Amino acid sequence: MDQSGRLRAEPPQAPDQLAIASRRRFLTLGAAGLASAALPAACAPRSDRVRSRAHIVIAGAGAAGLTAASYLARRVEGAQITIIDPRVRHLYQPGFTLIAAGLQPARYAVSRTGEYLPRGVNWIEAGVAEFDPDANTVVTTDGQRIAYDYLMAAVGIDLDYDAIEGMDVDRIGRNGLGSVYHSPEGALATWQAMSRFADTGGDALFQRPATEMKCAGAPLKYTFITDDVLRRRGNRGRARLTYAAHNNALFSVPIVSEKVRMLYQDRGVDTVYSHVLKSIDIGARRAVFDTPAGETELGYDFINVVPPMRAAAALRNSPLAWTTGPWAVDGWAEVDRHTMRHARYPNVFVVGDAAGVPKGKTAASVKWQVPVAVDHLAADLAGSESESRFDGYTSCPLITRLGRAMLVEFDYQDNLVPSFPGVIAPLEELWISWVMKTIALKPTYVSMLRGEA
Amino acid sequence: MQELDPGVMLAVLLEMMGVWFWLLGLLALGGLTAFGALVARERALSSARLVRAQAWALLAGAAALVLMAHVTKSGFTDAGGPIDWLLIVAIFAGGWAGGTILIYALSGWWPHLPGSAALQARLGLKSGTRA
Repeated sequence: MDQSGRLRAEPPQAPDQLAIASRRRFLTLGAAGLASAALPAACAPRSDRVRSRAHIVIAGAGAAGLTAASYLARRVEGAQITIIDPRVRHLYQPGFTLIAAGLQPARYAVSRTGEYLPRGVNWIEAGVAEFDPDANTVVTTDGQRIAYDYLMAAVGIDLDYDAIEGMDVDRIGRNGLGSVYHSPEGALATWQAMSRFADTGGDALFQRPATEMKCAGAPLKYTFITDDVLRRRGNRGRARLTYAAHNNALFSVPIVSEKVRMLYQDRGVDTVYSHVLKSIDIGARRAVFDTPAGETELGYDFINVVPPMRAAAALRNSPLAWTTGPWAVDGWAEVDRHTMRHARYPNVFVVGDAAGVPKGKTAASVKWQVPVAVDHLAADLAGSESESRFDGYTSCPLITRLGRAMLVEFDYQDNLVPSFPGVIAPLEELWISWVMKTIALKPTYVSMLRGEA
Repeated sequence: MQELDPGVMLAVLLEMMGVWFWLLGLLALGGLTAFGALVARERALSSARLVRAQAWALLAGAAALVLMAHVTKSGFTDAGGPIDWLLIVAIFAGGWAGGTILIYALSGWWPHLPGSAALQARLGLKSGTRA
């Protein structure tokens, strides 16, 4: 968490396409096959090594930063690679949902950053205070000025809880207040609050922010999970569940949105649209939403608060951010959506959650963004050109009840791009998709951090 | 590394199973070796022993399903489509086939293992029993 009380976070995800044909491999029996499906896709950059004495700085050691470090260390010989991040604790964010479902302990999502750093990479344990791309320099929170030849910015997201009036992250887990996104400990406290709610019933509220956000399926999943826990305890009839969408859809991909609408109807989840959480009275258990018709107040017995999300402050307040358009307001980085190269600073790449691209704030996107960005960087060093291209692939194992999920994979154009067409249907609630989520996704994620997958 | 190559599969499996990858790999290798050696020594498959091994291996298939349910924190009532039933059948078949090979090999080599006769006597089993 940074000084403002915001949690700096990097991409959960835990996954483009070029050759759809290359993804259409047959289901490989065995867990590795399943695992690769959870973070899959195509677009194969070259793997030839290049020699260089360049200084490459990676800002941020979350999922994107660590993956970039591993790929660069394998791809570039002789370069000086420096990674900057103060956090010794690495968080496997796709695991937060399982913690908040009561299926995993908080430690399930926690490991050490140092475990994934490749040999030879210099780690500066400080935050990034400022990007100065005109001077090819990064300034750290402890005052160091680090000059670079190439910059890979992967500083992630700020969770802006302060933007919700009355919100107090220290009270997560009490008074029916939950927030899965906050941290592993926050996810566990959310489970405890949700579990108490499931014993008594009442009104439960679920929402998402109007900003871009990581893993936009997570708030939907938690609604399904709460519904299932209530049913297992025989209390579904004593509870009313309401999902408040920030606009007129439940998900950015229309076909998925419609499927979720149908499932919510089937499960008896009420849905309200164009509701954006403005403030919360934790003691009185009341939440105020901005709507087109003005403010609306809704009472609750349990709420899962998903805060507004913005690019990490150092990037948001730098020349790297978009200056116009929909991604300017929250400071997302102005990059080419297919190469992750900065639009105005060609020696800068931005990967992971901080990138100002239409979709893909997931680990699955990281898995396919980073190799493309590294391939372009390596081509620059070699004096050649790269044709690698990222087409917005991302993946969401959308849990619809404990034991079943839909393996939803899509791209920038809202196309569904299933890894196993005809075998694993993307909009079908399946146990095999749940199996991937529970046992294969984390090993694949860790292999990605090490540059092995 | 972008494709589903053997290196990626190995890395993910190692990460997923940890030390169990090696223990189960050794068990599978040992079982296959013992099975092959037994068939070579006897120059035939013993049909009676094979049927008994297949019968006992039903338990191994069931154990594979229980293990899978445990690690995925779910149950087979969660199966939602044909691919799920195929997966369940594949898991059971894997456990059953592996169990058959191991039990067949173990029961065939058992009388030749040092101390097996004494152990049989202590357990009250009929001496000289051939599986």
